Amino acid sequence: MKKILVGLKRAVDYNVRVRVNSSGTGVETEGVKMSINPFDEIALEEALRIKEAGNAEEIIVVSVGVPEAQQQLRTGLAMGADRAILVTTDEQLQPLAVAKILRELVNRESIDLVILGKQTIDGDNNQTGQMLAGLWGRPQATFASKVELDGATAKVTREVDAGLETIEIDLPAVITADLRLNEPRYVKLPDIMKAKKKPLDEIALADLGIDVGQSLAPSAYAPPEERSRGVMVGGVAELVEALKGKGLL
Amino acid sequence: MPKVLIIAEHDGESLNPSIPKCVSCAREIDGATIEIAVFAKSGDAVAAEAAAVEGVNRVLMVENDANAHALAAVLAPQVAALADGYTHIFGPSTTFGKDLMPRVAALLDVNQLSDIMEVLGPRSFKRPIYAGNAIITVDVPDGIMIVATVRTASYQAAGIGGSAAIEKVAIDAELPSHTRFVGVQIGKSDRPDLQTAAKVVSGGRALGSSENFEIIFKLADAIGAAVGASRAAVDAGYVPNELQVGQTGKIIAPDLYVAIGISGAIQHLTGIKDAGTIVAINKDEEAPIFEVADFGLVADLFKAVPEMTETVSK
Ligand SMILES: Cc1cc2nc3c(=O)[nH]c(=O)nc-3n(C[C@H](O)[C@H](O)[C@H](O)COP(=O)(O)OP(=O)(O)OC[C@H]3O[C@@H](n4cnc5c(N)ncnc54)[C@H](O)[C@@H]3O)c2cc1C
Ligand SMILES: Nc1ncnc2c1ncn2[C@@H]1O[C@H](COP(=O)(O)O)[C@@H](O)[C@H]1O
Repeated sequence: MKKILVGLKRAVDYNVRVRVNSSGTGVETEGVKMSINPFDEIALEEALRIKEAGNAEEIIVVSVGVPEAQQQLRTGLAMGADRAILVTTDEQLQPLAVAKILRELVNRESIDLVILGKQTIDGDNNQTGQMLAGLWGRPQATFASKVELDGATAKVTREVDAGLETIEIDLPAVITADLRLNEPRYVKLPDIMKAKKKPLDEIALADLGIDVGQSLAPSAYAPPEERSRGVMVGGVAELVEALKGKGLL
Repeated sequence: MPKVLIIAEHDGESLNPSIPKCVSCAREIDGATIEIAVFAKSGDAVAAEAAAVEGVNRVLMVENDANAHALAAVLAPQVAALADGYTHIFGPSTTFGKDLMPRVAALLDVNQLSDIMEVLGPRSFKRPIYAGNAIITVDVPDGIMIVATVRTASYQAAGIGGSAAIEKVAIDAELPSHTRFVGVQIGKSDRPDLQTAAKVVSGGRALGSSENFEIIFKLADAIGAAVGASRAAVDAGYVPNELQVGQTGKIIAPDLYVAIGISGAIQHLTGIKDAGTIVAINKDEEAPIFEVADFGLVADLFKAVPEMTETVSK
């Protein structure tokens, strides 16, 4: 295998308590910390380990989004990716559009393996990898917690509702990373300096020459119904009484 | 008229409990005809169960050796081949549905809607984003096939008592061999199933070890509850992954949820928002879990939990 493509989405940091804006047209993003979507860091870490084990030659990180997504790509380069591609657009693209863009890059770059996160924690879609695999006509191994490469095939353990499922896939393929696939490394200062010299190509979405199709844009945003704080009980006996009173025990 | 096709999740023997919940969602679409497709090696038992769900008009059974295990790459082209004539294709927001439905949508060249929590109209839906911190309304333009997953925690299961016709269907689609099932390690337990249980007792990082986690199992057994866990408890290896509750684990809606030694991170809370009553036991009175708990007890879990088990066992 030669080339691995990893998708890094710029998303609101997972520690931020996101709130809907007062006009109901979106969420507050002013001054909010942005990071690499956590699952995508795990995806990149897996690619790095595959390369370090001698099973890949080049890792390309790609992000589709606003020009500021450069920051996340630079972080990816500092983690150890070889080069980066930023497909710029101001539009909030949906997974089908992102999948079509990735499909195009897979073609242009002759990619052997794509590793994405299982879901973005902003849109919570959990779709892009599956869509890319569908468009590409190649295998998908979603929610991966273990990847074992063996030449032109890979054995992937997947976290499914029932437990752990193992499938075997032929490469090229798409893998999406679950939380327990690995623990991403921290970037060190010298790596950040080195990353500044690594290539980062920007392509405007319009120049990619693909039709990303229609979108399902939200027409309204609303805060969720909040649960309210209940009562504090003084001890176990009182708790059990209260639950019995509600017919729960 | 709306015509909804629901893709059945099953284990070869019985219908997954998420499917009658998808039917309830589909029944919210006015005037909808509802059909269920069962892809299986031999599908009689599952199809019979599907046909008995109230509100189902017809069950399509697609039998093929290649359908012995649910592989998205194998199922998606078959679903796409069946899609003609339907306005909506639904799957559950389980790992089965999340794996399959986006691939189906891509083959049909449409976007997919994840986690429908409310039907506002035949083409208008609500769904959560940002771990449930925002609820968006999505209106799908006319003429576009709606492919979606249903957030099963938002729906009660449709009743049993229907008697829909079952039809065998042969599908002419080229099926790939590039994806092969190897095996599945199923978390076996005699306890109630986490996704459908009326009561759930969950433990967090505070338990400290898998041995200590036993006290959670004991309490669960004493009250007939399923067992869940926070991500921290799963990551630490106290319990297997299928017990994780939250944004990236299972989204559940039991009548009673007892969170023990769990701080209440947003990613965990999004998994229990729809619980009837939430109980929190935590030694830190500032823990965010208390902000959503109906009953809170500030206590050391290693004392409170065994005491609770004893009290309810009396
Ligand atoms: C992308 C992403 C996805 C995630 N998805 C999920 C998810 O699906 N589900 C999930 O749960 N988390 C998820 N998380 C993790 C989440 O952010 C928290 O880290 C996690 O929920 C913390 O688990 P915890 O409450 O068990 O541990 P902690 O936060 O460490 O809390 C332990 C609690 O136990 C209490 N305690 C300690 N000792 C005792 C004692 N003796 N008696 C009583 N109480 C005690 C402490 O006061 C504390 O409140 C995700 C995180 C990310 C970044
Ligand atoms: N705009 C984007 N840029 C780069 N990668 C993306 C983008 N959107 C989605 N992805 C990848 O696809 C995965 C799943 O995203 P989603 O389907 O939106 O939940 C993410 O974890 C990323 O790896």
